[in-house]
Amino acid sequence: MVENRPFRDFMAYLTLVIGVILVAFPVYLAIMASTFDTATIINGNMPLTPGDQTLENYSRALFYGGKTAREPVMGMMINSMIVALGIAFGKILISILSAYAVVYFRFPFRRTAFWVIFITLMLPVEVRIYPTYKIVADLGLLDTYSGLILPLIASATGTLLFRQFFMTIPEELLEASKIDGAGAFRFFKDTLLPLSMTTIAALFVIQFIYGWNQYLWPLLITTKSSMQTIVIGIKKMITTTDALTEWNIAMTTAVLAMVPPVLVVIFMQRLFVKGLVETEK
Amino acid sequence: MAGVTLDTVRKIYAGNVEAVKGVSLGIEDGSFCVLVGPSGCGKSTLLRMIAGLETISDGEVKIGDRVVNQVEPADRDIAMVFQNYALYPHMTVYDNMAYGLKNRGTPKDEIEKRVKEAARILAIESFLTRKPRQLSGGQRQRVAMGRAIVRKPQVFLFDEPLSNLDAKLRVQMRVEIKRLQKALGVTSIYVTHDQVEAMTLSDKLVVMSGGQIEQVGTPSDVYRRPETRFVATFIGSPPMNILPGKVEGPGRVSVGGQVITVTDMRDGLTPGSAIEVGLRPEDVQAGGAGSSSLSMDVDFVEELGATQLFHGKVAGADFVVQASTGQIPAETRRLTLSVDPANVHLFDPQTTRRLGKA
Amino acid sequence: MEKRAHFSGWTLPLLLIVPQMAITIIFFYLPASQAIWQSFLREDAFGLSSEFVGFENYSAVFEQPEYYRAMVTTVIFSTLVAFFSLAVALLFATQADKSLRGGHAFKTLLIWPYAVAPAIAGVLWMFMFHPTLGTLGRPLNILGFNWNPMLDGKDAMILLVLSATWKHVSYNFLFFLAGLQAIPKSVIEAGAIDGAGPVRRFWTIIFPLLSPTTFFLLVVTIVYVFFETFGIIDAVTGGGPAGTTTTLVYKVYADGRSGGDLGLSAAQSVVLMVIVIALTAIQFRYVERKVQY
Repeated sequence: MVENRPFRDFMAYLTLVIGVILVAFPVYLAIMASTFDTATIINGNMPLTPGDQTLENYSRALFYGGKTAREPVMGMMINSMIVALGIAFGKILISILSAYAVVYFRFPFRRTAFWVIFITLMLPVEVRIYPTYKIVADLGLLDTYSGLILPLIASATGTLLFRQFFMTIPEELLEASKIDGAGAFRFFKDTLLPLSMTTIAALFVIQFIYGWNQYLWPLLITTKSSMQTIVIGIKKMITTTDALTEWNIAMTTAVLAMVPPVLVVIFMQRLFVKGLVETEK
Repeated sequence: MAGVTLDTVRKIYAGNVEAVKGVSLGIEDGSFCVLVGPSGCGKSTLLRMIAGLETISDGEVKIGDRVVNQVEPADRDIAMVFQNYALYPHMTVYDNMAYGLKNRGTPKDEIEKRVKEAARILAIESFLTRKPRQLSGGQRQRVAMGRAIVRKPQVFLFDEPLSNLDAKLRVQMRVEIKRLQKALGVTSIYVTHDQVEAMTLSDKLVVMSGGQIEQVGTPSDVYRRPETRFVATFIGSPPMNILPGKVEGPGRVSVGGQVITVTDMRDGLTPGSAIEVGLRPEDVQAGGAGSSSLSMDVDFVEELGATQLFHGKVAGADFVVQASTGQIPAETRRLTLSVDPANVHLFDPQTTRRLGKA
Repeated sequence: MEKRAHFSGWTLPLLLIVPQMAITIIFFYLPASQAIWQSFLREDAFGLSSEFVGFENYSAVFEQPEYYRAMVTTVIFSTLVAFFSLAVALLFATQADKSLRGGHAFKTLLIWPYAVAPAIAGVLWMFMFHPTLGTLGRPLNILGFNWNPMLDGKDAMILLVLSATWKHVSYNFLFFLAGLQAIPKSVIEAGAIDGAGPVRRFWTIIFPLLSPTTFFLLVVTIVYVFFETFGIIDAVTGGGPAGTTTTLVYKVYADGRSGGDLGLSAAQSVVLMVIVIALTAIQFRYVERKVQY
């Protein structure tokens, strides 16, 4: 449209630049804090340009841990990675199978099964946290990866996402496959799975972030520090009395905790947006 | 290769909706049979039952001598071309054509031989490594045909394969399908709602309506001697004019008081009873006041280039006359039409069936 | 909507659905029904026996003054976060929608906080606003604002709202931007021809057309504040100082951890479930309506 644009364009840029700065500033501070020693930060005069303790901080955090909780962050990151990947792959696996059953088969109680799964959308894990804890404890899954992963994949989002996608696949594709002699297994492997790749990837991105960022559940069911995830670990580093908090190590850990999911969002932005928008439908 | 036989085939959907109401039909080996009718007439359902994509509620479908009611689609030895082509979007053209053969365990070199041959016939050799989305509509159509050809089936099934193409391409592909079918000699069943496709492609034309067969015959039979008013108005473009009339006596009917003679008229109709008189727009001539003539008030003229369509009224009913351009002055307001007694079709107003000679 | 074409047979589909069913039943229905069952029971002091007490636990919950405090805290917290995160996101989205050069880069630069864990977001803001060493918190005290989120409940709430908003703006931004881009350009052009200036166009054309998105985001944001901000609260304030930042969800957790009455804790969970179900139901009804348009 023909409109007097220069001023409005300028204001738009200005707003967005301020927005980006607001969004980035807390993280920038964390990155800066990860380059100084504890004393510099405690003094309250941390410079806004990088210091010279970067290597020391990161190597100490990764391989040694904080003074109070001597748990190497590397171990926590491995735990977080296992949990995030477990949740992502676990959920993809169970939900693509159940969506396949619900969409492409007719069997007794199919509608019931769908609703049983669908209802889970309503209740996040937070509201049933203690009864779930008790069941996981009874199953002997405290301090295990299965205990960390399984309760978090008991939700319908993946099933609904795949169902929605399957519904958009033309019926004739299945009919052509049948005429081409493909049964249920071949149709799944040769046609449905290759076509679902984008959806799988989008769900993976969302679930990976979800899993990596879990807090309440791991907090409850992990008692051994060797099973801690990084998001829990960082909290333990700063809850001790103020004077003892090694802010440089805590912030180094925070940066390390942000790197994997943020990289996923930035480099898989298209899939991330797709996953986010479609799981919310 | 084999013919296809349908014996009182029914399709009843949940809720007692009867989509196909007892259809019997014999399709000879090697012939090209077209099922034509308006949407919802049951033609696609019938085709899908032959393919095995729909269960058969009642009756029997035979391919060759084998009853296939309970046979899986893959084992019926048929191939199908879908309206939206149903190509596997993630496979190359080659893999699309080879998939059905692979699933049947055909040896690799045999698959390659057949795919190459089909690609040559269809002139798609240069696209074999492409994905369907990189192809134009016409090319996709060819791949879909190729997928059917490589299987060397006993029967080809076509479900409105040309309706997603633009007009020009449709005419071109129509000719190719006909040529291909003649060359391969495979029994083909083709579903369409387009009467031009139906007329041009078929050896055997089946007109359907409301889940039933209205008429079966060669295209010229169906055109020249429509058995029902539905067929009369469905086949032919512009459609046949239907005028309300009265029986005057043997071989004579009247329309709005004007008497015309008829060659093909059932004996023993009661004089004075109502009858429907069908006249094709291309079968009436302007001028020549013979014994058999009608007068028409012209409302407007449509120009089609080679021909003109005169729209107006005869005896108060809508009427269309098709004439070669220049034959009738365009500004004519009133026309006298002469009617060839051999080209008059009579229908029973109640049963809508043809009242021709027994 | 149903597929016309399908496979027949029962065994295979049942096998396919078993994993999800098993996990859903064990980790969802069992705990949820146990929570409901326990909310009607009272255990003795040793946890050895329990008796059915009807709605006593519920009335006990609603008699706690702390429960009302947590409710008020939750409402204030949700309202503030919802308002700020929606307003800021809408501002950014409208600016980014102006098809600026570099618009895509701005999008990337604004959406990544979604990937930051709530607990980490809280820690970042706590560090920034730390009263003695924070880059922004210390100057506040030097200027005489007497800022201390560790001791002052109001300051603590401000800090929570800031971190929760910071984390959620990205999400709302993304949906607002998608919503804006879905508005046909021709409608806006028609508005311009009808003589509406940019500001008027925004409030009379764009904002009303965006209202479905806004409503959807409002519900999602409230659910977010209810549950996902748990990590922020636990990491930043631990519900304190003196319970001023204890929300309903945090209270369930804190009561349970301190070994409190299981029945009371269960009753609180059930109340929460009802709230979430109501919110989700509103959302579904609305989504359904949107589908019919």
